[in-house]
Amino acid sequence: MAKDSRLILDPLTDNNPITIQVLGICSALAITAELEASIVMSISVLFVMGVGNVVISLMRNIIPSKIRIIAQLIVVATLVIIVDLVLKAFAYELSKTLSVFVGLIITNCIIMGRFEAFALGNGPYRSFLDGIGNALGYGIILIIVGFFRELLGSGTLLGIPVLGDPIEKTGLYALGYENNGFMLLSPMALIVVGIIIWVQRTRNKALIED
Amino acid sequence: MENRTDKNSYTIIFAIGMVIVVGALLAYLASTLKPKITENQRLEKQQNILYAMGINENDETSAVFISTDKAPEAFDTNVTDQIVITVDANGKVVKTQSRDEYYEETKQEPYLIDVKKQQASVKAGGNRKLPLFVGKTPEGKTVYVAPIYGKGLWDAIWGYVAMDEDMIVRGAYFDHKGETPGLGANIKQRYFMDDFYGEHLLTKNGAFKGITVAKGNADPKNNDKTDNEVDAIAGATITGDGVTAMIKKDLKLYLPYFNSLKGK
Repeated sequence: MAKDSRLILDPLTDNNPITIQVLGICSALAITAELEASIVMSISVLFVMGVGNVVISLMRNIIPSKIRIIAQLIVVATLVIIVDLVLKAFAYELSKTLSVFVGLIITNCIIMGRFEAFALGNGPYRSFLDGIGNALGYGIILIIVGFFRELLGSGTLLGIPVLGDPIEKTGLYALGYENNGFMLLSPMALIVVGIIIWVQRTRNKALIED
Repeated sequence: MENRTDKNSYTIIFAIGMVIVVGALLAYLASTLKPKITENQRLEKQQNILYAMGINENDETSAVFISTDKAPEAFDTNVTDQIVITVDANGKVVKTQSRDEYYEETKQEPYLIDVKKQQASVKAGGNRKLPLFVGKTPEGKTVYVAPIYGKGLWDAIWGYVAMDEDMIVRGAYFDHKGETPGLGANIKQRYFMDDFYGEHLLTKNGAFKGITVAKGNADPKNNDKTDNEVDAIAGATITGDGVTAMIKKDLKLYLPYFNSLKGK
């Protein structure tokens, strides 16, 4: 169905959770100094959001509206803790990599935002697609920001040096290039997100609000 | 039209029900998985200690532990003794026990001593037990591995430092609970941990100085091993200060033991 595919595609471009809805900024600032961390966070959010949206959607008719935010928070926190416990028992190495992200996932406003805006009013299948779409839209921005911050800040990608060795002065560094340490600090994530928003709105004038 | 889910009574019943269901589910999971998790943590401690001693499966760039199925055997063969030094609140040595003496007294392996609890016990005016693991590096050198514990920017950081008789670092492993990925979290990267190799903890006169994670020390390749400094990570100042602090505070307590080694 054409409408269902838009649930996945829209958040990737014209309804992106970070650049259009400006949600999930806190985690975008916190963990994008390295490309690898961005990818891990994207995959974690993809999982939690897909499952969480389905659970909330299934419970949508029994959740009292007065305490729906708390109920949503409990669902997402429970999911994340279950995953954390199971990983600790069966994939300890992986769980150590992910443990840093647990707190960031629970407090991610995109997840709460989609529960509230979509899953509470739609069926499980469509909620699942919406969750996956928004998580992908979030992930794409995270990975773009992570790519530029790691490349310009440390001269590496996924930990592999791509611009030469800054200490031995090989590659680009032989020409006098220097890593920009400022890229590693959180404010630069905001500036990179700002540039993405700028580019996106220049290409699609319909997105510009008065 | 009033919805049945808008009633106060329904809201309260729902809240109670949800808390009970979620609470029971999490409690059940936590208690069934606990033995497995504790076992994983135990193996990790062995891997950490072996890593600091140089027994690991590092490739060129990344830090790789010895695999979990080989760790217990490697631990038994390579760690020759686990000394427990008990000090009082002023850092004065009360007694020194070997692994067997300690096990006799407490029925606990010294490597399972919780450094955090020991630090808390000293704060409350009690004694502190300092474990020290004696072993041989792959090159056959005797090293002494000490656990350290402190705090970084967000949460706990800890590590294991292997030293020789002169308190020169022969290996180090650091880990953290929740430092920022890409910044403070990089204390567990090879390029940071390897910098410690060969660094002196003492000054030339034999006084304890520790190692400072220093900004702008003009020695990024770390050629000068006697300056008591290693190069810091950009953007991770507070985590780096935490590493400095735990090295200075915890390793200092071992100085009397190392001095007594020289006397022999």
